[in-house]
Amino acid sequence: MNFFQIIEDKGWYFFTTLLSGWPATLTVAIGSLAFALVFGLIVALMRMSRWKLLRWPATAYVEFFRGTPALVQLFVIYFGFPDVGYQPSPFQAAILGLGLNGAAYLSEIYRAGIESIHRGQMEAALTLGMTPRRAMQYIVLPQALRTMLPPMTNFAIVLLKDTSIVFTVGVLEVMALARQLVTETLMSAPIYLMAGAMYLCVTIPMARVAARLERQRQAWH
Amino acid sequence: MLQLPEIYAENIHRWLPELLYYSLTTLKIGFFSFVLAVLFGVFFALCRTSRNRFLRGFAIGYIEIARGLPIVVVLYIVYFVPPQLFPGINWQWFSDFTAAVLGLGLHGGAILAEVFRSGIEALHKGQREAAISLGMTPAKAMTYIILPQAARIVLPPTGNYAIGLLKDTSLCTLIGVNEIMNGAKSIASSDYQPMAVFVLVAVIYFAMSYPLSLAVRYMERRLRVSG
Amino acid sequence: MSTVGSEANGRQPLLKIENLHKRFGELEVLRGVDLEVRRGEKVSIIGPSGSGKTTLLRCINYLEKPSGGHIYIDGTLIGEKKSGENYVHLSDRELARERQEIGFVFQRFNLFPHLTALGNVTIAPQRVLGLSREVAEKRGREMLQKVGLSHKVDEYPERLSGGQQQRVAIARVLAMQPKLMLFDEATSALDPELIGEVLRVMRQLADEGSTMVIVTHEIQFASEVSDRVIFMDQGRIVEQGPPKEVLFKPREPRTREFLKHIQAR
Repeated sequence: MNFFQIIEDKGWYFFTTLLSGWPATLTVAIGSLAFALVFGLIVALMRMSRWKLLRWPATAYVEFFRGTPALVQLFVIYFGFPDVGYQPSPFQAAILGLGLNGAAYLSEIYRAGIESIHRGQMEAALTLGMTPRRAMQYIVLPQALRTMLPPMTNFAIVLLKDTSIVFTVGVLEVMALARQLVTETLMSAPIYLMAGAMYLCVTIPMARVAARLERQRQAWH
Repeated sequence: MLQLPEIYAENIHRWLPELLYYSLTTLKIGFFSFVLAVLFGVFFALCRTSRNRFLRGFAIGYIEIARGLPIVVVLYIVYFVPPQLFPGINWQWFSDFTAAVLGLGLHGGAILAEVFRSGIEALHKGQREAAISLGMTPAKAMTYIILPQAARIVLPPTGNYAIGLLKDTSLCTLIGVNEIMNGAKSIASSDYQPMAVFVLVAVIYFAMSYPLSLAVRYMERRLRVSG
Repeated sequence: MSTVGSEANGRQPLLKIENLHKRFGELEVLRGVDLEVRRGEKVSIIGPSGSGKTTLLRCINYLEKPSGGHIYIDGTLIGEKKSGENYVHLSDRELARERQEIGFVFQRFNLFPHLTALGNVTIAPQRVLGLSREVAEKRGREMLQKVGLSHKVDEYPERLSGGQQQRVAIARVLAMQPKLMLFDEATSALDPELIGEVLRVMRQLADEGSTMVIVTHEIQFASEVSDRVIFMDQGRIVEQGPPKEVLFKPREPRTREFLKHIQAR
């Protein structure tokens, strides 16, 4: 069987089928990103809290989720949760799994960003009569965001790539459809290469943006 | 409500030895692909910083593609594509294990190439000149001045990569390698205890990766002092 | 390398440069420089930026390969050797041996950040000269004491001020006991209040009879320390002579222009 003959005969079919997986891929990516952005900030603030009771669980959470593979976390949620009486849908499991995993990483990015802002900024805000929460909200976080933007973009790329494992919990995204096509036609080479090319079309431009943001950030300093 | 302690009390003497046996394969994949990634990383970092435009372009292309692809896709491509493109060759030797090591090594090579490059570029060229002006040969300048400094820059991110790699070996189950995830899946389905089994697997991974991450943090602290 | 042979031939200059050229692509930075420096002589080189003075210094140590011309130290060709009628470049090992005898002090210090002050001073004696650790450290401590830093022996460079870093760099060169010391704008990266301490050390070396070639912007210092001042412009030596003449009664209009410009600052 000639490789180019296959592409000519089936290429369009492969392409459209794989393309139809992108909405699912993007749903999982965006859903878990949103989850991680919110939950990660909560965890970061807990880790910087004065109260041990908040700090310790947050630290344990970050250490454990960073120390174990995302695939295991997904399996615990999708295959394990029914043991405790809750059957998540594939999408719920995927977004919860990647979101919890991502929040552990994002909390570190938040923390580094907040700590990069000079203590004097917080003190200046406090002397102006702001509460610590206000000072964080209006003075520290907006400045930290600038430092955090490049690593966050990189994180989004990682997250998008990580969605390629959620077919294992039954989400019909790009890789799931690629595998189905392979079982159907046995032509793994063109199918997986095409799937790979599709990921590159998204991740390489994103990486360029991240690199540009990083250069801009360094120019500010 | 699930009574995890009771389940473990009853089954751990069967599960743990089996899972630990499979985790040996995990460690083997991790070790071999780490070595491969370091070799690829050094090679592509040298190409990337070379004066030769062709080598540089080649390295940039490789790094962007390998970093832009999900690891699952890399593994599938490495395992399934070559035998189909070149059906004339005997692919008996090309086991799932070999493909896993090769795939993770190729992917890691791109990550480490960027790490090593930053190590090379962070060094001021004055360092080499100062060493040479004191009468050192380029080899001595490399050994006593350049490498010790580059190691300080490169070791912590290399350690972080190793931690990531250890976790990424779990994806090798998707091309059928008999590592710890594969073992866990078969136990979970035969014993109908997915929650207990996968939590145990998580603990085993954590036990393997946490010492590594403590070591990296120790290195970061130690190496920062003398900047 | 023994100097007995050249001692007998006392007239031979320590450093001899013949028709030195250096080109960076299209740009010709040195356009035929001839220079002789006697043993024990102190020579200062002044001139506007881009005049080629730093490049000249770097060529002497073969940090830059000359595009033409030859350099001799004690009658030995630097950086190349004669093979029949042709000159061939030295191997890295041969080059390293020659560089042991020429000390170079950089504008930006270039201390090794992963080593303490003492480590910076002892690494070359140990690894290049093959001295034992004890001997190297003894010599290293002496040299650090000489530059007034015996209390900073165990500090890392990042904990030292610019002036202290430059003094460690000078001690690092002294520990190799070079025949010739080259100073490339050794004070121009320093804050004004730190310049004095470095110049003091350099003056002390001059008084002890070291052979020094100094590229500098410190006109006052040059006039006090040097036996001869050289004014360079556009890759050539424009004027040279005793400091009193070159610095205070320059013959060439270009020298006058430059000195006026520098004093106006």
